[in-house]
Amino acid sequence: MSARKTERLLNLVICLLATRRHLTAEQIRRAVPQYDDCASDEAFRRMFERDKEELRDLGIPLETGSDSVWDDEPGYRIARGDYELQDIALEADEAAAIGLAARLWQTAVLSEPASRAVLKLQAAGIETDGRVSGALEPRVEATEDAFAPLLAAVRAGQAVRFPYRPVGAAAAAERHVEPWGIVSWRGRWYAVGHDRDRGATRVFRLSRVTGDVRPVGAEGAVVPPADVDLVREVAGIAHEEPAATARLRVRAGRAADLRRNAQQESSADGWDVVTHDYADADRFAEWIAGYGADVVVLEPAEVRDAVIRRLRAAAGAV
Amino acid sequence: MAAAGDQLPRLLALVPWLLAHPGERVTDVAAEFGVTPTRLEADLNLLFVCGLPGHGPGDLIDVVYEGDRVSVHNADAISRPLRLTADEALALVVALRTLAEVPGVDASDAVRRALAKVESAVGGEAGPAGRVAVAVESEADVVSVATRGLEERRRIHLTYYVPGRDETTERDVDPMRLVLAGGRTYLEAWCRRVEDVRLFRLDRVLDLTLLDVPAEVPAEARPHDFSAGVFTAAPDDLLVTLELAAAARWVADYYPCESVEELPDGGLRVALRTPDTGWVRRLLLRLGAHGRVAAPDELAAQVRADAADALAAYDGG
Repeated sequence: MSARKTERLLNLVICLLATRRHLTAEQIRRAVPQYDDCASDEAFRRMFERDKEELRDLGIPLETGSDSVWDDEPGYRIARGDYELQDIALEADEAAAIGLAARLWQTAVLSEPASRAVLKLQAAGIETDGRVSGALEPRVEATEDAFAPLLAAVRAGQAVRFPYRPVGAAAAAERHVEPWGIVSWRGRWYAVGHDRDRGATRVFRLSRVTGDVRPVGAEGAVVPPADVDLVREVAGIAHEEPAATARLRVRAGRAADLRRNAQQESSADGWDVVTHDYADADRFAEWIAGYGADVVVLEPAEVRDAVIRRLRAAAGAV
Repeated sequence: MAAAGDQLPRLLALVPWLLAHPGERVTDVAAEFGVTPTRLEADLNLLFVCGLPGHGPGDLIDVVYEGDRVSVHNADAISRPLRLTADEALALVVALRTLAEVPGVDASDAVRRALAKVESAVGGEAGPAGRVAVAVESEADVVSVATRGLEERRRIHLTYYVPGRDETTERDVDPMRLVLAGGRTYLEAWCRRVEDVRLFRLDRVLDLTLLDVPAEVPAEARPHDFSAGVFTAAPDDLLVTLELAAAARWVADYYPCESVEELPDGGLRVALRTPDTGWVRRLLLRLGAHGRVAAPDELAAQVRADAADALAAYDGG
């Protein structure tokens, strides 16, 4: 945007905010000196149309109307109440909390709008620099290439296509998804939505999107179900209800993290016998195998065999 | 950095900001707005020709410089900022909702009150904010003790689990700060056992006690630079190469790798640096047939020995 154009648009905003009456295009042309640049009525009309569009794109509520039934030409103004940031009466600690929140995002697509929001609050006289007592420093990164386009699609309510490679898949395949939302879970971003080809809800890890995310169809076409719990959809991948209980022999003083959710049965000769619930035998066995000789599965056989299988492979016996 | 197309929204925030903060230094204002002083001066110069229709001397916005300080007058029409746009409302509301999930001492209450006020002020613009969520896992009890330690500058005794070595350690630490990064909460502290700065993941703190000893963080204690991530490898760490089957591709997502190379069968060859091979050995036991150490050979031999050792307990079973 050239400086001349910014001058014109700023004068246009001031003019439309300062007026109580709706102003016709011709009145606006006379009130904003930069419209003198227009060589013809047609040039002015085109420029004014573009300017209106631009103001609306910036979120400036440009109102069309007339003050009398006798006016046959539309008039324009900006209603102050719609334009201005509402008064927000914030206590010092609340304002400081907002300052802290704005520093959370470590990714430009969110940190820049957050900073602009804070500048507006400061412009309304709110000081956000204070210290929040007892607060910790939050940092949320988003390094995935798919983050910005998926955030845009989610905000716009627009379907997307992207190549996706699930864990364990030999190659990426094209997916066609109505994205309901995006979730950061354990430091990684996921998209949750309706997979059009599979006709079901799916969760996609953004780091496994292997190429461009392309919007498909109209904005506003995707409406998330009212009862969808995004975090639960994502966390649900890992959090399954325990299905069974295993008995384990654990060397004294070892596997402290495993013991946190285990019940101790007995203790003898430097070993403890504990029980631990699990949901999936193979995933539980994977975890147990990591303790090597310090944890031995007593039962059931499905876990015991799965651990032995992994250890044999690691020992080079298969 | 800000493009020319941002100039109008910036000016519409800058004018009320300067009215609320008269006489600030040009360089400080530029820093607040994330632009260079030159760009800010270009913005300010433009204001001289803007103002109320008529555009006579009394109608135009006044910009007054006193040395390196600047003030704005006669800008009543735009003396209030424009309401938050949808993307601004979303970024702020989701950040506040995230903070509200983080347990703290008295901070969460201020965050919730601020969130309620911002949500009501932005009204419908906050709608899409429900479509972005950040899940935070944190241990409220540990956070509240650590927070007291920070506030009262007291030493903390930690019982801390080190999964890489499957060890439970006891240590005294002098707290520096609490950081939420990568979805986890960490206590950064000067560890008196290793005499260095360490990050302690709060979900691995098995127990902690506030000691009646003042914390002494030495002047040489350098806080961790999170801009490069939670983990940063040192150049003299051991370089380990792993070959992963397709089913173990998650390893490349989960651990910071120096290089990741596709293998023809859908697997990966990854290289990573680590000061401690304990966790790599344990990882390889977990992966079973889905992973192997390609280098160094000594580490591959250790993994085979660990596995044979563990299998011995099952012989005869």
